[in-house]
Amino acid sequence: MRTDDLVAMLATGAGTVQPNQAARRYATAVGWGSAGAVLLMTILLGPRHDLAAAIMLPMFWTKVAFVTSLAVASLLAAWRLSRPGVSLAWVPGVLGAPVLAIWLLAAIVLMRADAAQRKALFFGDTWNSCPFLIAMLSAPVFVAVVWAMKGLAPTRLRLAGAAAGLLSGAVATMVYSVHCPELAAPFIGFWYLLGVLIPTAVGTLLGPRVLRW
Amino acid sequence: MQRMQVTDRLNASEERLRNLLVLGLAGDEPAYRAFLQELSAHLRAFLRKRLARLPDEVEDLVQESLLAVHNQRHTYDAVQPLTAWIHAIAKYKLIDLLRRRARRDLLTDPLEDELGLASASDTEAADARRDLGKLLAQLPERQRLPIVHVKLEGLSVTETARLTGMSESAVKVGVHRGLKALAAMIREDA
Repeated sequence: MRTDDLVAMLATGAGTVQPNQAARRYATAVGWGSAGAVLLMTILLGPRHDLAAAIMLPMFWTKVAFVTSLAVASLLAAWRLSRPGVSLAWVPGVLGAPVLAIWLLAAIVLMRADAAQRKALFFGDTWNSCPFLIAMLSAPVFVAVVWAMKGLAPTRLRLAGAAAGLLSGAVATMVYSVHCPELAAPFIGFWYLLGVLIPTAVGTLLGPRVLRW
Repeated sequence: MQRMQVTDRLNASEERLRNLLVLGLAGDEPAYRAFLQELSAHLRAFLRKRLARLPDEVEDLVQESLLAVHNQRHTYDAVQPLTAWIHAIAKYKLIDLLRRRARRDLLTDPLEDELGLASASDTEAADARRDLGKLLAQLPERQRLPIVHVKLEGLSVTETARLTGMSESAVKVGVHRGLKALAAMIREDA
């Protein structure tokens, strides 16, 4: 087939293209993915028993603010990396800001605490399950976000895979916050982040294979 | 001063091409066709410069990139510079091709010289070595028939549906998936 014939073939009956398809795909993916994560959390873990009391605490909302801003920033990253020729621009800064903020808060908390308390602030009661539970909850979101990306056109596959993992991990921490009994900033700043980094690593590895087009 | 004129000319050409694409995405078929036509010349120049050592691959890659641009056209955002979008797609396909070649050359002796269908690199559009028509023929019927009737014969979706006994949405889906499958076949084939 000559190139001119290909041009004619592609143009014939090309029809209209709906605008904002990327936005719609991401809305669908994050919607279904987080529904899946909520379902998993409800069935396997359940919300924390003292949720009603916990939502009165400022630290609960600080934690929610941290995981939400992480999710929003990684959504921006995934979204930008899904389209050809769109650079990450200022997104790494937006991504780094909540992490730096929680680390700063953690440092202040640790400095103010008695030496004897510090260990408990860092490890809490659930350090050995927290990252894995977050990784587990991220699975449905990851599948959905990869689906969204596959319908778009990421050109930097490793980075895009990482962003998909990051987004799914961040959404998973939002859902996990409802279950998790921990509120100390040092705990959140380390174990939550570790939980997010597990799907991010998986995404980095899988990206080049599953996102190719 | 001269540089400014060159920039102006580039901006003007980007602007014209962008307008054609935006019209095309809104359903203006002649505009979309003009866009693809102009784009293929642009892609040819872009890829020829970057594939100086593999001149025989240029036209195949032009075609692969055109197909990619068409299949991914929904990812273009009208506020985005068109050149950045086009070049990102062309570079992605270029790198993909080089990776495929590297992998294949590891496995087999290169057959380039024997195949060497003398394709002059200075004619406007050299012949592609890969025949998309042949790949098209390998598609399953539910994708091939919609493409043949709608895209090659220029029938409407309704006419194609009546002719093939498929539903109209199946015809549309068939065209869409068929062109994506074609891109996948190119990827696996090379």
